Amino acid sequence: MATAVGEHPVSVRGLRKSYGDWHAVQGLDLDIHQGEVFALLGPNGAGKTTTVEILEGVRQRTGGDVRVLGCDPAEDRREWRARIGVVPQTTGAYSDLTVREVVEHFAAFYPNPLPVGQVIDMVGLGKHQKKQSADLSGGQARRLDVAVGIVGDPDLIFLDEPTTGLDPVARREAWDLVRYFSERGRTTVLTTHYLDEAEALAQRAAVIVAGRVVQCGPLAEFGGRSQTPTTVSFRIPPELAGRTLPPLPPGAEPAPVGVDGVLRIATHAPTALLAALVPWAHRAGVGELPELRVHRPTLEDVYLDLIRENADGTDRGADTSQSITHEAGKR
Amino acid sequence: MTLTQPTATAPAPAATAATPRRAGRMPGILRAGAARSKVELRAFFRNKQSLVFTLMFPVILLMVFGSIFSGKVTGTDTDVKLVFMAGIIAAGVMSTAFSGLAINIAIERDTGTVRRLAMTPMPKSAYFIGKLVRVIVTTALETVLLIGIALALFGLPLPSTPERWFTLGWDLALGTVACAMAGAAYSALIPNSRSAAAIVTPVFMVLQFISGVFFPFGQLPAWMQTVAAFFPVKWMAQGFRSVFLPDSFTVVEPAGNWELGHIAMVLTAWSLAGLLLTAFSFRWRGPRVR
Repeated sequence: MATAVGEHPVSVRGLRKSYGDWHAVQGLDLDIHQGEVFALLGPNGAGKTTTVEILEGVRQRTGGDVRVLGCDPAEDRREWRARIGVVPQTTGAYSDLTVREVVEHFAAFYPNPLPVGQVIDMVGLGKHQKKQSADLSGGQARRLDVAVGIVGDPDLIFLDEPTTGLDPVARREAWDLVRYFSERGRTTVLTTHYLDEAEALAQRAAVIVAGRVVQCGPLAEFGGRSQTPTTVSFRIPPELAGRTLPPLPPGAEPAPVGVDGVLRIATHAPTALLAALVPWAHRAGVGELPELRVHRPTLEDVYLDLIRENADGTDRGADTSQSITHEAGKR
Repeated sequence: MTLTQPTATAPAPAATAATPRRAGRMPGILRAGAARSKVELRAFFRNKQSLVFTLMFPVILLMVFGSIFSGKVTGTDTDVKLVFMAGIIAAGVMSTAFSGLAINIAIERDTGTVRRLAMTPMPKSAYFIGKLVRVIVTTALETVLLIGIALALFGLPLPSTPERWFTLGWDLALGTVACAMAGAAYSALIPNSRSAAAIVTPVFMVLQFISGVFFPFGQLPAWMQTVAAFFPVKWMAQGFRSVFLPDSFTVVEPAGNWELGHIAMVLTAWSLAGLLLTAFSFRWRGPRVR
């Protein structure tokens, strides 16, 4: 049952899922590495959940090769299930059972469950062990979902929007939980709409648009983020108006000043740029550059660009030809 | 102030091997079945809606009609009330085993329980073991409740011979399994939990009326008797009549005797057919499984 050496916990080639004429997933490739937190990003209806559900073995695929922990999820083997933890998108209802009873119940199906009390504490429901699950708040119910998903101490965890509906504190607690499993060498597949969440937790990510991966790789290099210039900007004070800029580091390009009176300079060497700008401003009697900012492109900027580039986003039925041309053009 | 380089909280490298796994044994069907049964019983007894709807409904019918019916069945020396009391026990079995189970499965499909269980290594049979335990316990309770009330308030005699006790036992057991299997299969026709009661209750009501629960079976139109003979309630009720009614009553039974062999055969056939239908129609995933 062990994953063969060199084989990834999740490996997908040419995955397709169609509902009649509608193609939810069309030729998706993906490799998720051992021990990483991998984020799946993309707009609603892009095929993220469909993909994850095929990986979890709760949805049949139309075509393509899928290996999850060395098995085909469609086979749905018990030994395989015991190594997978799933926190689905929808919150479960466990009628008429207390929090502890629910977790105990699910623990009984696994060969090596985590201690029930520990799991309940980990998801932050320690004080609510004896509460009826129907009486939990939305956020607490979501935590119970997470507890049910992890109680089997899985090697591979699927978290489908695990923090939706959680308050900021509970969200951080959920993050700690993801890191706990990550530190134990487990692999996590995280579907999320929160880019800060992906950035805080994941090492690598894929953006899915219209049933395809349009970008996949380490988050730090996402969308050529490491190559995109940083912008240094400040409002031009009267003392500097009309003056010529000092010699700038190579590659730094000032943009034309707009009506807002803010000067924006794109550069790959923001520190050198500041080293040139600061003495220049000092000589003109300006000690503080008003509204000085150093802006590095955020994951959100990169993400929104990607979605825009692959425009047909959710309404792909009519626009497949365009997205195919675009894909071909990129190659 | 001296600046220090933060220790790299690098992505968990593949080199940090996963925490070694303890070798554990997969819990077998018995353990998983026990876990399911425990949860089923807890849920049933804590849920006031299922307690009232499935357990109390036949009890209320017994109280109301037990007080209304009077007189003898035409051509016999037997009270109409007695025929009704034997019939209501069959209706009670159908209420807990068929209606109760079909609605319960539809709700579990709708609220994510079925789907959640399908994502665990639970042996699939454990789910049905749990359902069967739920049905057996609740049906036994329902029967004791109905016989107890009938005994105390309406003068139902206890079975007079060991043979009759034996018939009570097997008719109850086979009827329960037949209704439970039919209920599990029938739940496939329920689109969502909101419509569950609306889709199950008419079947329950119609079968009660055409199966000789409220009216002596021999007095029903012939076509109605024929239709009823295809379903288990008619046979179960006939079996209970053989337990509680004098043998002289057989003069108004369609066959002129209790047809015990027939009863056992039909109920067994329904159990097997229901099992097969459930095996084919039960879905662990799909559009209706939320």
